[in-house]
Amino acid sequence: METDTIAAIATPLGEGGIAVIRVSGPEAIPIADQIYKGKTSLADVPTHTVHYGYIVHPDTGERIDEVLVTVMRAPRTFTREDVVEISCHGGMVPVHAVLEALLSAGARLAEPGEFTKRAFLNGRIDLSQAEAVIDLIRAKTDRAAKVALKQHEGRLSRLIRQLRNEIVETLAHLAVNVDYPEYDAEEMTSRFLRERCQQIEKEIDRLLSTARQGKIYREGIATVIVGRPNVGKSSLMNALTQENKAIVTEIPGTTRDVIEEYVNVRGIPLRLLDTAGIRETEDIVERIGVERTHKALEQADLVLLVLNYAEPLHEEDRKLISILKQYTAIVIVNKIDLPGQLNLEEVRSLVGDTPLITTSLKQEKGIEELEEAIASLFLLGKVETAEGTYVSNARHIHLLKKAKQNVRDCIDGIDAGVPLDMVEIDLKNAWQNLGEIIGEAVAEDLIDQIFSQFCLGK
Amino acid sequence: MGYIAGEYDVIVVGAGHAGCEAALAAARMGCSTLLLTINLDMIAYMPCNPSIGGPAKGHVVREIDALGGEMGKNIDKTHIQMRMLNTGKGPAVYALRAQADKVLYQREMKKVLENQPNLVLHQGMVEKLIVENGTCKGVVTRTGAHYRSKTVVLTTGTYLRGKVIIGDLSYESGPNNQLPAVNLAHHLHELGFEMVRFKTGTPPRVNRKSIDTSRMEIQPGDEEPRAFSYETTEFITDQLPCWLTYTNEKTHQYIRDNLHRAPMYSGVIEGRGPRYCPSIEDKIVRFADKGRHQIFIEPEGRETEEMYVQGLSTSLPEDVQLQILRTIEGLEKAEMMRTGYAIEYDAIVPTQLWPSLETKLVENLFTAGQINGTSGYEEAAGQGIMAGINAARKVQGKDPVILDRSQAYIGVLIDDLVTKGTNEPYRLLTSRAEYRLLLRHDNADLRLTEIGYEIGLISEERYRRFIAKKEAIEKEIARLRATKVKPTPEVQAILKEMGTTEIHNAVELADLIKRPELSYKEIARMSPPPEPLAPEVEEQVEIQLKYEGYIKKSLQQVEKMRKMEEKRIPDWVDYNKIAGISSEAREKLNQVRPVSLGQASRISGVSPADISILMVYIEQGGKVYSKT
Repeated sequence: METDTIAAIATPLGEGGIAVIRVSGPEAIPIADQIYKGKTSLADVPTHTVHYGYIVHPDTGERIDEVLVTVMRAPRTFTREDVVEISCHGGMVPVHAVLEALLSAGARLAEPGEFTKRAFLNGRIDLSQAEAVIDLIRAKTDRAAKVALKQHEGRLSRLIRQLRNEIVETLAHLAVNVDYPEYDAEEMTSRFLRERCQQIEKEIDRLLSTARQGKIYREGIATVIVGRPNVGKSSLMNALTQENKAIVTEIPGTTRDVIEEYVNVRGIPLRLLDTAGIRETEDIVERIGVERTHKALEQADLVLLVLNYAEPLHEEDRKLISILKQYTAIVIVNKIDLPGQLNLEEVRSLVGDTPLITTSLKQEKGIEELEEAIASLFLLGKVETAEGTYVSNARHIHLLKKAKQNVRDCIDGIDAGVPLDMVEIDLKNAWQNLGEIIGEAVAEDLIDQIFSQFCLGK
Repeated sequence: MGYIAGEYDVIVVGAGHAGCEAALAAARMGCSTLLLTINLDMIAYMPCNPSIGGPAKGHVVREIDALGGEMGKNIDKTHIQMRMLNTGKGPAVYALRAQADKVLYQREMKKVLENQPNLVLHQGMVEKLIVENGTCKGVVTRTGAHYRSKTVVLTTGTYLRGKVIIGDLSYESGPNNQLPAVNLAHHLHELGFEMVRFKTGTPPRVNRKSIDTSRMEIQPGDEEPRAFSYETTEFITDQLPCWLTYTNEKTHQYIRDNLHRAPMYSGVIEGRGPRYCPSIEDKIVRFADKGRHQIFIEPEGRETEEMYVQGLSTSLPEDVQLQILRTIEGLEKAEMMRTGYAIEYDAIVPTQLWPSLETKLVENLFTAGQINGTSGYEEAAGQGIMAGINAARKVQGKDPVILDRSQAYIGVLIDDLVTKGTNEPYRLLTSRAEYRLLLRHDNADLRLTEIGYEIGLISEERYRRFIAKKEAIEKEIARLRATKVKPTPEVQAILKEMGTTEIHNAVELADLIKRPELSYKEIARMSPPPEPLAPEVEEQVEIQLKYEGYIKKSLQQVEKMRKMEEKRIPDWVDYNKIAGISSEAREKLNQVRPVSLGQASRISGVSPADISILMVYIEQGGKVYSKT
């Protein structure tokens, strides 16, 4: 039997009405039970039965979604292991929230084709579906490869690589102490190793703090619309909300006039901040000064700057554009139906790499393009939090958490007086976890490192 | 030309460290065995450093011993000093290393071979294999002798098209000016084997009388008696020291000034050298900022004044070598007895082998040692015993014995070779073993004696002793788990004495021993066993309980891989017909032809998705979704 329990979204990602998350493995039922609130515990229900209830987050207790849970005990299941299938509402927000809850409760994110692999290893496979399964594996791999490629260029992979380098240098040092005990390399001390581990843990923490995808799926991408009065901020908001069935919520414990609205742009949840401010102040000139805008920006993952095509570039516009450079942003030049006073070329050169869209919100022109721009920013992993790198998927977060746990175990081992060549196992695991994020986990790296870092020989 | 010279079950070609183990294993398993060597005076010769063991390598020697091999016993009889290395670290990386009396080692091994029933020793240079219908049926020597056999094991070391290089001088030669095996190399190439050219090297030797050891740091052996073999009962107490000195800026400058004369840089050497054994000129170039390098001076034996200069491997011209030596403290007046040299030789690409070490190309032909791309006496011997065992089992119609990565360093070594291949002479390192904690030096017998016994290489008497030891360990562990000590004044006194916190409630002994400050000795003082235990039993009890958590972690990882290892890949699988796997994976799978999904998953370039597709394909019996 495989020792761990895996989970993955079983239905295609997108905007379906219902999505299914599948959990398989010896701990499938206990893990699902941790996040399921219903009439009876799943441990007690008969096999192959469906149950109504809620999914709550195991750490926060927060209610995530209303669900139907199917419990199927081994061996009459696809994988011949205990299987739980959770049917929740479709759409990226609830599906990812449920998945993340399962991962927090101890499941591991399945690799492409892993359910099939288990079915096979446990002596069962759905013969009629063999072709479909192969296609699925291929499709997933292709997609994963594309994502990996994009992340190769990204800041994340650079940071992970740096972190891995630090770890592999430490590992090589330990390895040389072990494999070449008489070589005059300085002996790694537990104090020194502990310091290195703490440093590494801190860096993983920093990455994790930016790893807000789970939060983003729950809360949406914090989006701020800025611009001078009367440029069309309100229209932009209306366009986005009308198009996309906004859910207006009041956040408990906050004042009434701070209202946030959720909109769903091509499956990507945006949380529009300070919408009350925009709605109410549209008529009141200058109520939102640059200073206040700046404050709102600090909470933003995405900034939408609206400029007025019918007026020349204002000093305040220039200020906003210059502030913008620190953020992930899209510049929207609105009112292109009116005679142009704005020098578009000048604006383009001012904003640099930031995407620029022209719209006429009044005539409902350019909204498509705007949505496209938002989606591609997000999917390219370019949406970053104010702190820096944006770790963009549940798999990465999960692996980072695992890496952190392994580094923790290493430190605990050192504190318990375990020999360094043993706690090294935990550090090596952390190194491999990080390698999986960027698709590098080959042990050969270590051997290379040993010989490039130290001068050894007989 | 030629004559029929005899018929055997197994023929072993080469009597180095691989060949000796292969021949002994086959003969001891009841096969009539012939051992052929170019020069009978070169049996078990150590052409490079006079030492056996060290991290990972020492582990292999223990494993060979647990399987019923000879290396451990032989070095126990013939060393000049032994040291346990890494004693300040965890038990998984303790490593025994012996300095050998080279000549004595050879003499003892030859004696063992000569006295081995079923084994015939003969001096002769093999030039050809007898291959009929893709199956090896024997060998032909230079003198025209045709020997027929059911299986053949090739252990050609560095003799295969060997070429010695010193400065701009180079000549065809085996190690230490022995005759090289040139025709056999061409013959293997003609048979269709893919060959690579590797390089290794050895430092100069100096006369002890010409050097000043008083200016070097002494490196004595351990006072505690040590042995590799679990059967050794007599220990050598009269040990000789080694010495440590250093290169200096003068040395480095001299080497830099003469780099243009180094064949490494003038392009004379084409073979790939090992990174872990760089020549001194290589070290100076690659690690230019290192102010000095260690040089160990090691006696080559008791009856000789010849000293090995470890750390000074080089192929620089002879005059430069002498000048280099004389820049080093204590060696200013050194007389060079032998010149260091580099040696190039042919090896076969080891992915052409099954995990049994039988070649895929020619049935009943096995290879072991440097011909498979490794370096080191221990690596050679480890493969030798496995090749010998499997050649014999093939004769007897039995399945091969394949050690996996969680069972032995030998398993790691062979799996790495046949699965990943190697682009430099391969050396074992503890870092290559993912289950290092399970592959300890102390538990080689527990891991492998059972297998050695089943194969028929471990005597009844030794097996009985082994079972008794195993039972004693289990019994004592059970006792420590079942026994609690109360916070009595005696117990608290022991805890206090050892500098660990006192206990408040009754505590299981098995938990108490996990404290880093405590060893089995203290536990036994608190609650003595019914009968005193042998030290090796105490050692096992302590290690197994103390590091239980970490050992369990490793075992879980092994368990995870086990299932993949057990899924065999059937012979009918045609990788060209599987749609969906990447072209790189297809190419590598075709080349390696892994025996199990586990092995397949370790091939670089084969992704988890490729493995999943392969599984589905196998399950379908290859009928569905094939390309045709």
